[in-house]
Parts: sequence; C-alpha cells; structure tokens
Amino acid sequence: MPRSPSDGDEANRISASRFLARPRLQELIDALRGRGYRVIAPVPRDGAVVYAEVESADALPRGLRESQAPGRYRLEAATGDRVFDVVNGPGALKPFFFAPRETLLQVRTDAAGFEASETLPETPPTAFLGVRACDLAALGVQDRIFRRGRFPDAWYEARRRDVLVVAVNCVRSAATCFCTSFGTGPEAREGHDLVLTEQEDGFVARSGTPAGAEVLDGLSLPPAGAERVEAEHGALVACAEGMERGIDTEGFPELLYARLEHPRWAETGERCLSCGNCTAVCPTCFCHDESDEPALDGSGAVRVREWDSCFDRDHAQVHGLNFRPHIAHRYRQWLVHKLGAWIDQFGESGCVGCGRCITWCPVGIDITEEVAALRTEAP
Amino acid sequence: MTAFATAPKLKLAVFKFASCDGCQLQLLNLEHELLPLAGRIEIAHFLEASSRVEPGPYDLSLVEGSVATPADAARIRRIREESKVLVSIGACATAGGIQALRNRADVEDWKQRVYPHPEWLSVLPTSTPIADHVKVDHELHGCPINPLQVRRVLLRALLGTTPDLPSGSVCHECKRAGRVCVLVARGAPCLGPVTRAGCGALCPSLARDCYGCFGPLDDPNPPSLAGRLAELGLGPRDVERRFRGITGYAPAFRALADRIAEERSAEETGGSADD
Repeated sequence: MPRSPSDGDEANRISASRFLARPRLQELIDALRGRGYRVIAPVPRDGAVVYAEVESADALPRGLRESQAPGRYRLEAATGDRVFDVVNGPGALKPFFFAPRETLLQVRTDAAGFEASETLPETPPTAFLGVRACDLAALGVQDRIFRRGRFPDAWYEARRRDVLVVAVNCVRSAATCFCTSFGTGPEAREGHDLVLTEQEDGFVARSGTPAGAEVLDGLSLPPAGAERVEAEHGALVACAEGMERGIDTEGFPELLYARLEHPRWAETGERCLSCGNCTAVCPTCFCHDESDEPALDGSGAVRVREWDSCFDRDHAQVHGLNFRPHIAHRYRQWLVHKLGAWIDQFGESGCVGCGRCITWCPVGIDITEEVAALRTEAP
Repeated sequence: MTAFATAPKLKLAVFKFASCDGCQLQLLNLEHELLPLAGRIEIAHFLEASSRVEPGPYDLSLVEGSVATPADAARIRRIREESKVLVSIGACATAGGIQALRNRADVEDWKQRVYPHPEWLSVLPTSTPIADHVKVDHELHGCPINPLQVRRVLLRALLGTTPDLPSGSVCHECKRAGRVCVLVARGAPCLGPVTRAGCGALCPSLARDCYGCFGPLDDPNPPSLAGRLAELGLGPRDVERRFRGITGYAPAFRALADRIAEERSAEETGGSADD
C-alpha cells in the first residue's frame, strides 16, 4: 500500500527545511570535503549513472534523465538543469561496503605450521551524495545482516564505519520502480544525515542527524519557506502515485511457499539466462564465495571473497550433487528467498523495490509480473 | 620446510594440436612468475619454450588445439596414456576451434578448391575437441586462455588439489568489475549472459560486446538470448553468426545455430530470403 510521502508534523517540517540554491551545491560538496570526506555521487558514465568520487558539482548528471524498461536503460537529455533527475543506475551502495572481490586473510606457513591474519580494508571517511530512499533502505537491510547479525563482518564494518549520507528524495520514478510496495520510498525516512529534494532552482534541505545538521548549519542557508515545502510534499505524493509497477505482498511468505509447484516457474525458467545480473545489481543480495589462492613459492596463501550468485550452477553443487539442477529451480530460489524466506530469516523483506533486477535483466524478466502470475492459482 | 616446499618437482608437458600456439604462449606470458615456477616444475615437453624433450610419463599435460587429422587422433591417445592429469587448454582444445567451421561443410570439396595437391592432405572430416577423444580432467576455456587460470591450474596441481574454475556467466565478472552492461544500456548483441566467465569480462570492459570465446557456461540458455538479440534488431542470419564464432562447435551454441539455420533454410525454400 503506498504510504503518504509526508506524515510528519507540518509545522516542524517547514521550520526544519532550508533552501539550497542549485549554484550553491558546490558549497555542500566543499563542506563535506572540508570535513575530510571523499564525496561519492552519481555521475554519467558508459550510458548510465554510476557512483564515483566527485570534487565538483559539474560531474553530476546535469540535464539528464533516464528511461528504464525491462532489459533496457538509456540516458537521455532533459530540459532544465536538474542534477538528480536520473533515478538510478546499475550500482547501488552495495559495492562500497560489501566489496565485489576482496582479500579476507593472509596466511603464512612455516616449519611450525601456519598463521592467519585478517587483512582489513583502510577506507577513507566517505560521504555519499544523492542516495535514493530505496538504496538507503537496502543499506539498512545489509547493515542488519553484516553489522548487526550474529556474526558481524569486520570487512564490511571497516568500510561502513565512517560514512555520511546525503539522500535525495525522488520526485520522478523510473518505469521500473516499485518502492511504494515496500514502503521504502520515494521519500528517505531514516538512515540519512541530510536529505535534499530537488526543485526547479535548487533543493529543499533537511538534516536527519546531528552530523548532518552541523554540515547544514555551516552553509547558513535561508529557510525554505512554507511554499517550497508544500511543493515538495506535492511532488513526493505525485511521484508515489505515479509509480507504474507494484508487488502485492499480502500473505508473504506463506503464499509463495504455497506456489512452489506453480507452472510459472518452468515458463520463466525458459526465459531466464541464469546469468546472475539480477543478483549483482540487487542492493541486498549478499551471497559470496571464498577461495584460497596459494602463493607460488609455498610461503602461504590469501583467502579471497567475491560475490557469488544463486543463479550460478556451482552455487548449489554439494559433494558432487546439484540440488538446483535446472534454471527454473534457481530462479525460484532467488525469488522465494528475496520476497519470502528472507522474512523468516531476517524479519523483513529482501526487496526494496528499486527495480534494478527488471532493468538489468538482459531478457527483461519482471519480478512484479512474475509475482502477479504466481499469485493466481495454477489452472 | 613445509610439505609443499619439499615436494618433488611436477613434471609438466605442453602439447599442440590444430591451433595457433596462442594458448601455450599464455604460459610464457606469466613472465615474472616463470622463475619461481621453474623451481617447482620440471618442463619436460614444451616445444614452444625449449627443444629439449624428456620422455613421459608426465604429471600434468596441457593440451592445446583440436583433433583434425588421423595422426592427431592417434597421438592424443598416446598422450593420455602418458599423463596423470590432462588439461585441455583453449577454444580449439575444448570446442574444436574456429576450424570447426568445416564440420558443417564437405571437406573433400574444400580440399579440392583450396589446395593444388589435395591428395597430399590427410585430414579428418571434422575438427573436434580433445574430450571427444580421450578423458579430460579439466578444461581451460578461451581464445586465448587467461594466464591467471593457467597459474591456478599449475598451483593446484602442485598442491594435488582440483582447480577452482568458474562455471557461471561473464556477467558475474562484468558486474564485479563495476561495468555498465553494454546489452542493456546500449543494445549491443553481447553473448556474456551465456558465456563462461574466466576472461575477467575483457571485451565489455573495453565497451564492446562479448563474442563468446570462452564458450557456453554450465547450463546456458542460448535460445532465450537469441530471442533478445532478435528484438535488438539482429536478423536470423546475424544471430546464427553470433553463435558460430570461435566456440561455435560447443554443443549448446551449435544446437542453437543449427536450429536457426534450419528455420532459415525452411523459410528460404518457402520463398522469403532473410538477407
């Protein structure tokens, strides 16, 4: 069910809101850099936006927006000089904390035996600028797995520790977005230090934490005023209401468990390439593989962790047998875990509605369409 | 000293069949690791590196190239008998190579057309992978193979364990490298989603589409990707050609390309030529 984008106390919201004129965005970047943060923001590259380090606001995707559809993504020129009109690209925040490939341990062998030591990453303080509500929600999901689970992950923690997040509320959605189904957007509600909403000539800005408030106060911004805050509210409502896709999560996870023999799995198994793109772009997928790389001279080895995927046939290979031998089994595993078993495992859904799995699937398999088909009883 | 350091040297052989030598060359491309490797490995047979040849048996044989002549077919059996572990390396050895294009043609006819003295030639009607002739312990794919994978095979052989080689798609490596998908963002006819990882997503990293030189991944779905390539604007003949490249004789690619060819010829006899 779509939630109202603004249910906070209106008077408080107005008094807390500042206005950052677009030409002053550089001041925000400078303020963050001045506090010792490297600033990571969306930049146009190779036909999409990707998160990369920026020093200048000129690096942002000014005057661009994207069109997204199942299996298709194009950057296009837009009128005006908005910098946050591109909703998202293939990469979320995930690769910055849960590294695609990293060395976990260094093992040294000698006559006495072996010794293993952790190789923790040294990551500079990082400010992320332009984080969407869905990705912020996904960061929360991964935090609860890697930071607050029974086995906190030291490598994730080392990258995650010193981070400041400047979120951007979505005033337009991509055709593949469905965050309202999971209540994760289009407005950033928690986990951000600052939040911006882009308007014609600048941004309504509010802080979410004392650290964010300090940055905002340092900019000495004028109040946004009631008119801008009302316009912001209207834009967020319109964005939520304009979302084209959705997933009806009523009855999850049991409903999905009751559909394990549904003929739809076999049909989708015919389309699915089992290439794993959906899991790589998913901001919450956390499966990984670990392997040891011995040194040439026998002096030891390094243990390497890299992203794995439940779509990889080897993922279900155990002692010479494969318990998900067909592509349909693997697609079913992914979807039922993401939307169903994740709830049993972690107490929440594994999907935040960012739509990346739809856009970046080379054959355009649409999770919202799949769920709709699965909800109907098999004939 | 550890068991590893005192282990006897591994006796290595490298053999060439119908091929261009480029895969063997990847072993030499390990360059600054060759000296430490030479301390653990006895190169007993590697004509590209040394004319000194030691007789078998060999602990590890790397076999490059496809079986294309009756002499090849006999020689690979002898090599198998002399090899404890046999690893076929490269697209020729694992899928028949580009020369397997002839497998769909009449070799006698081609011989007559190409050579002034076709009677001097002794060739098989097909170019086939090593595994069609003898048991192969592991396969390293690619045209050429990735030197890092050769390194892994050598290290694992020294440890007496099985090399851990990827079974999934090029897309895994492409996404791990943070590349933007050329198929989704540009509509390029990329074969990455059906092609085995191992190259490090080399072509997509250079903004071009994968042409499948590592061959099909385990359990691929070429028909579905072919459907997508058609939606992107490729005609049936272009889709067929995409899959008839360097690893076109690999069963999963061949089956799809053959099916498209059949449909095409059925359509053409029906009167509507595709190109």
